[in-house]
Amino acid sequence: MAQIIVVTSGKGGVGKTTSSAAIATGLALQGHKTVVIDFDIGLRNLDLIMGCERRVVYDFVNVINGEANLNQALIKDKRCEKLFVLPASQTRDKDALTKEGVGRVLDDLAKEFDYILCDSPAGIEQGAMMALYFADIAIVTTNPEVSSVRDSDRILGMLQSKSRRAEQNLEPIKEYLLLTRYSPTRVKSGEMLSVEDVSEILAIPLLGVIPESQSVLKASNSGVPVIIDQESDAGLAYSDTVARLLGEDLPVRFITEEKKGFLQRIFGS
Amino acid sequence: MPKPSLELKGSSFTLSVLHINNQDLDAVAAELDHKLAQAPQFFIGAPLVVNLSGLDGEEVDVAALKQLLTSRQLVIVGVTGASAALNQQAKDQGLASIKAGKQSPVTPPQVRNTKIVKQNIRSGQQVYAKDGDLVIFGAVGNGAEVIADGSIHIYGALRGKAMAGAGGDRHAVIIAQSMEAELVSIAGQYWLAENLQQHCPGKSGCIRLEGESLIVESLPL
Ligand SMILES: Nc1ncnc2c1ncn2[C@@H]1O[C@H](COP(=O)(O)OP(=O)(O)OP(=O)(O)O)[C@@H](O)[C@H]1O
Ligand SMILES: [Mg+2]
Repeated sequence: MAQIIVVTSGKGGVGKTTSSAAIATGLALQGHKTVVIDFDIGLRNLDLIMGCERRVVYDFVNVINGEANLNQALIKDKRCEKLFVLPASQTRDKDALTKEGVGRVLDDLAKEFDYILCDSPAGIEQGAMMALYFADIAIVTTNPEVSSVRDSDRILGMLQSKSRRAEQNLEPIKEYLLLTRYSPTRVKSGEMLSVEDVSEILAIPLLGVIPESQSVLKASNSGVPVIIDQESDAGLAYSDTVARLLGEDLPVRFITEEKKGFLQRIFGS
Repeated sequence: MPKPSLELKGSSFTLSVLHINNQDLDAVAAELDHKLAQAPQFFIGAPLVVNLSGLDGEEVDVAALKQLLTSRQLVIVGVTGASAALNQQAKDQGLASIKAGKQSPVTPPQVRNTKIVKQNIRSGQQVYAKDGDLVIFGAVGNGAEVIADGSIHIYGALRGKAMAGAGGDRHAVIIAQSMEAELVSIAGQYWLAENLQQHCPGKSGCIRLEGESLIVESLPL
């Protein structure tokens, strides 16, 4: 059975697309046939981060409207043969995403794929609601700050009341917390909430903590999901996250301040 | 207009009922004497109805039964649950045949409904317990609202808004394991976060109305 995973947040710019690209790539690298869908109609950028923007011909809305079939619209990743991208349309308006249309496309994809990742747009409007409606698993992407935590709480309420599983009284969506752009230094100085604070407030299991890292920007500028960069802390943290999603029990890394280097120790910080 | 000499009004009375389960009046007399010895004040002079349904249609001498009871200062007003033959005998003795009414429709004391919610209330969600209390096993997030006409009990942190006594009940209370509310109100009197911070002595709290103002006590949780 295909698992439908929504990467959602409420708040914008917290790292949903970065995380969708990284986790989809990680799942595919582990041998699972995976497709990642951009639900951010009109503001597409998943294809940029995946490095396939030049190969977009047809998009998700074309498929919903019957203007193209899935095979025409799916873009095969150039690094990993088990990975596919279903890009969003740059031009159409987001009301193109109807429940029936999205449901039909997901049903078709479920016949072929192990994992279907839905990269949600920010907010709680049509696009975001459609991205979460059919989910089996939700990765609630949150930055360690008050407004992001509050929006995540709001999204958790939506998952519990406005999703297919809620409406049909099925087993609820499995909700996981992914804490992104985590900066131990800023947590220590009190500028940011800690892992414990956020976990306590949202009260859902922690799937991973991704540190704030230069490597993320570098990766997205070159169109390579950051998980490919196994030299970087963010890449390693995403690998851990994928492993946990697949059932492994791993300790959380990169949540304490890095030990100061030799020169810093001598000269202070 | 002169006052009429008589008036007929309906009224209901509570009567003690004596159940006779044995045809053998000597046995009845012996047991009755035993009972009377235990609690004479309970029976003497009190109007009694004799229930004969326990005889299962067996004959008994109603005149003798009446004699047995009156001789012990019991006042019999009628019989109930009797067979047709026994009813006739009772009538001959000047006793009324009484039908037991249905269980008196005593209105039960007004009970409040309690609404129990076993999950966290998330930002943007609202829960309302109409005409009753609200019990939450979980936290109430910032931006969430819980409302009850009665009291609100939160087994978790209250970070959002809680409004108890929404229908005006001034005796309603708000209890939370951790009081971090944006707003609490009872019967319309409210505190915002800053008022709460000034007053709240500990983590947990019970908020209620005293006179016109809210007070908070910490709980030994
Ligand atoms: N761990 C990280 N370290 C540093 N920068 C990051 C990290 N994660 C994300 N970013 C940066 O944050 C910005 C927003 O990321 P991203 O586009 O993934 O967020 P989003 O939640 O998808 O945004 P939107 O709501 O607009 O869709 C990007 O510039 C990205 O490079
Ligand atoms: Mg995005």
